[in-house]
Amino acid sequence: MAKSRSMKDDRRRAMIWSYFFLCIFVVFFLTPPFYMLLTSFKSNAEIASATSPWWVHAPTLDNYIELLTTETYLTFFRNSAMVSVLVVAITMAISIPAAFALSRMKFWGSGTLATGVFLTYLIPETLLFIPLFQIFVWVTEFTGIELINRWYVLVILYPTLTVPFATWIMIGYFASIPKELDEAALIDGAGYLQILTRIFIPVALPGIIAATIFAFTVSWAQFLYPLAFTTSADQLVLPVGIITTLIRGDVFTWGQIMTGALLGAAPPLIIYAFLMDYYIAGLTAGATKG
Amino acid sequence: MALPLILIIVLLVLYPALYSLHLATLNKGMERFVGFDNFTFLFSRETFWMVVKQSVVFAVTAVVFKALIGFCVAHFVHNVPVKGQRKWRGMLLVPWVIPPAMSTLAWLWLFDPSYSAFNWLLVKGGFEPIGWLGEVGWARFAVILVNVWVGAPFFMIMYLAALKSVPEQLYEAAAIDGANWWQKLWYITIPMMRNIIAITVLFSLIVTFANFDIVRVLTAGGPLDNTHVFATWAFKVGIEGSDLPLGASVSLFMFPILAIFAIFILRDITKRGAEN
Amino acid sequence: MAKVILRKVVKNYDDTPAVRGIDLEIADEEFVVLVGPSGCGKSTTLRMIAGLEDITAGDILIGEEVVNDVPPKDRDIAMVFQNYALYPHMTVYENMSFGLRLKKAPKAEIARRVENAARILDISELLERKPKQLSGGQRQRVAMGRAIVRDPKVFLFDEPLSNLDAKLRVQMRTEIKKVHQKVRTTTVYVTHDQVEAMTLADRVVVMNGGLIEQVGTPNDLYHFPATRFVAGFIGSPAMNFIPCKLEAAAGGLRVKLSEAIAFPVPANRVERYKAHLGAGKLLFGIRPEHLIEQRPHAEPDQHPFEVPLEVTEPMGMETLVHFLVEGTEVCGRVNPNAGALAGKPMKLVADLANMHLIDEASGRVL
Repeated sequence: MAKSRSMKDDRRRAMIWSYFFLCIFVVFFLTPPFYMLLTSFKSNAEIASATSPWWVHAPTLDNYIELLTTETYLTFFRNSAMVSVLVVAITMAISIPAAFALSRMKFWGSGTLATGVFLTYLIPETLLFIPLFQIFVWVTEFTGIELINRWYVLVILYPTLTVPFATWIMIGYFASIPKELDEAALIDGAGYLQILTRIFIPVALPGIIAATIFAFTVSWAQFLYPLAFTTSADQLVLPVGIITTLIRGDVFTWGQIMTGALLGAAPPLIIYAFLMDYYIAGLTAGATKG
Repeated sequence: MALPLILIIVLLVLYPALYSLHLATLNKGMERFVGFDNFTFLFSRETFWMVVKQSVVFAVTAVVFKALIGFCVAHFVHNVPVKGQRKWRGMLLVPWVIPPAMSTLAWLWLFDPSYSAFNWLLVKGGFEPIGWLGEVGWARFAVILVNVWVGAPFFMIMYLAALKSVPEQLYEAAAIDGANWWQKLWYITIPMMRNIIAITVLFSLIVTFANFDIVRVLTAGGPLDNTHVFATWAFKVGIEGSDLPLGASVSLFMFPILAIFAIFILRDITKRGAEN
Repeated sequence: MAKVILRKVVKNYDDTPAVRGIDLEIADEEFVVLVGPSGCGKSTTLRMIAGLEDITAGDILIGEEVVNDVPPKDRDIAMVFQNYALYPHMTVYENMSFGLRLKKAPKAEIARRVENAARILDISELLERKPKQLSGGQRQRVAMGRAIVRDPKVFLFDEPLSNLDAKLRVQMRTEIKKVHQKVRTTTVYVTHDQVEAMTLADRVVVMNGGLIEQVGTPNDLYHFPATRFVAGFIGSPAMNFIPCKLEAAAGGLRVKLSEAIAFPVPANRVERYKAHLGAGKLLFGIRPEHLIEQRPHAEPDQHPFEVPLEVTEPMGMETLVHFLVEGTEVCGRVNPNAGALAGKPMKLVADLANMHLIDEASGRVL
């Protein structure tokens, strides 16, 4: 071995190259959001002018002011918030007890059900939205309950996306709680419900936070269901609202669109910024447990 | 306690899935049984075959690049000192966090034909401007690019977690045995990560194959239906064209391919069950 | 305070038997240790007493009451688990008081009991800490404290010391004994470690293959094992078992281990062993501590022999010597200054007052 490098040299070289490539990828990954931010500070006149699109020459908050005083945009925001909060509540109310049952009580068909939960991933919403649309039309005809073109129809639909995965995450967290802990609680005089509320939920709190974040971000970002099921401006949620009302025909008011999109992306981004570890835990839990 | 879960799965997933089989055998007005007419009609349409091809090319290309980029970036992050990793990871995951419908709008604006920020750079650099979303080839490239942009960070996070779970002693043992970095990658890293790579690729194939948001917002299937995938075309035919049975037939074509994925996953689950 | 009685208790998992019918009576205030190798049914037995496992057949009584169908919380027992099973999200105080709080005991009463238990265990300073902030030994104390606070009829311990390092284990062993002397609650303690069993127990129950091999005080088990299993399980290093022949000799009997080595049977045992003359295969059992170096003044029933040593293991206070008798490896314990050297022959004596004769087929000690 004439020219052998030490491991330390190897590591240094790898590190320098890593920094170099990381910078390139950060540019690639952050250009669109950066460009959103840039555009949101531009007036329509500046956007239409021939100056460099990569810089703001006359920053203005007009887009923000206009959007935040527009009733329709605020309605989208309100609808999105209501739907997401309700879906999170429903998701947790269903998936925590279900995960508890699946991870601790061996009942008839529990194994099949756990696999079934997992396999619902394989039936994507893009396959379900057409039959569901027709089913909801029927429900409206038979019961007289208006479902199509009402924001609350989304509260019924979104749990199909959030509940299976949230349950899956919770099963993983609950399964990691040692069996002796339930037994100790059992001897201490706790019933099943008390074991769930006083032992499992507090101990698996990180998992519950991760599942909550997951359910919220999925509900906030969902696009296909609201696009197919809601049309009136007062029933729309943010993603669909921005795309269908801010884009009028061929007229793109890019300043406002980017501002709206940025504000629409803000809640998940803020949650991510403050609870990154939980966010990532939820993300990796699904696959590693599967 | 699992009853609500069962109800949701049965009523809102299983039942509609089966119902769409029935729906696909009705005529447009949904008052008459037409057997396989919807399917034979689809087979006779050139657009249908284009959608099949585009869906497969879109999903496979996007997943391959997501996995490759995710794998590389995970290594880059893994190579830098631990206390800086959080910061890099935090920045790199941003595309995954933004709702795709919102971030795709930013791409739409970057690709804009008249004020395109990309074309501005090209022209400044002395190149011809490109009709990003107007030309078939570039439009197909664009939808894949955006999909890779959204999905690669997810792979990065998964692979980073997997990399961290490989015991350092294995690399030290390999170094003592005289392995170079390539051999360490080939004989240690990849075998140790094989499971997680298989799972992420499989799941990503499913969701990419069934993708809707990005194509819908970026090109809405255009130019001339050339970038449609199953989901967007089913939406166009079923909801916008008010032909629910035909839309259902289109989306049903996702099912055989998804079923193949399901078999792979189930086999994996039963194999793990046997190992335990 | 109560007795615990097991009557013909059986436990099957599906069709595999775990406990195959055991009878045991544990007196009030008694400290009983169930000991045996893993899979012998000792933990299952304990968990059946706790009510964590159903009983396939038989009866379990706590106090005077049959508790077969009584749920764990109504059996008035407390259990200390191998991994302590402390609730990670509760402070030590909350951990110890959880059972009482579930029962809605008055606050002042809870505080009094927790403080009392904390004083006994010397953990009063730790009451506000979370389990994560405690060392292994401290967690062990908290787990015991949680049991003491409940003031139950019976304490159940499931291998409570096996997660501790060797030094702490010895310390906590003493601690458990002290606590029992203070609170005097009937205790059933499961372990696989025979030293723990010997040091802690009023009575030791040796289990094997889902059955009880022998019940007795530690000294009984050591000196008068009933079976080959008990003889081999209790004591470390384990008892030597050497195939032998029982022969009539001038004025009595002798056991012949090899052409070169034969020992006369002590006079007081001749009557006992006589019936087995010419019986099936026999084993000569003797503990290493009864194979020692030859000393100037021989005690009665000590009989000398000479063997070449294979291996010597100096332990400091003694030296273990290993040698072969007709292909069977035998261990003896000699004084470190006796000059034991591997490869060299050495003169040893067998203390035949402590010999055992075992019927190989039945495993019974004769």
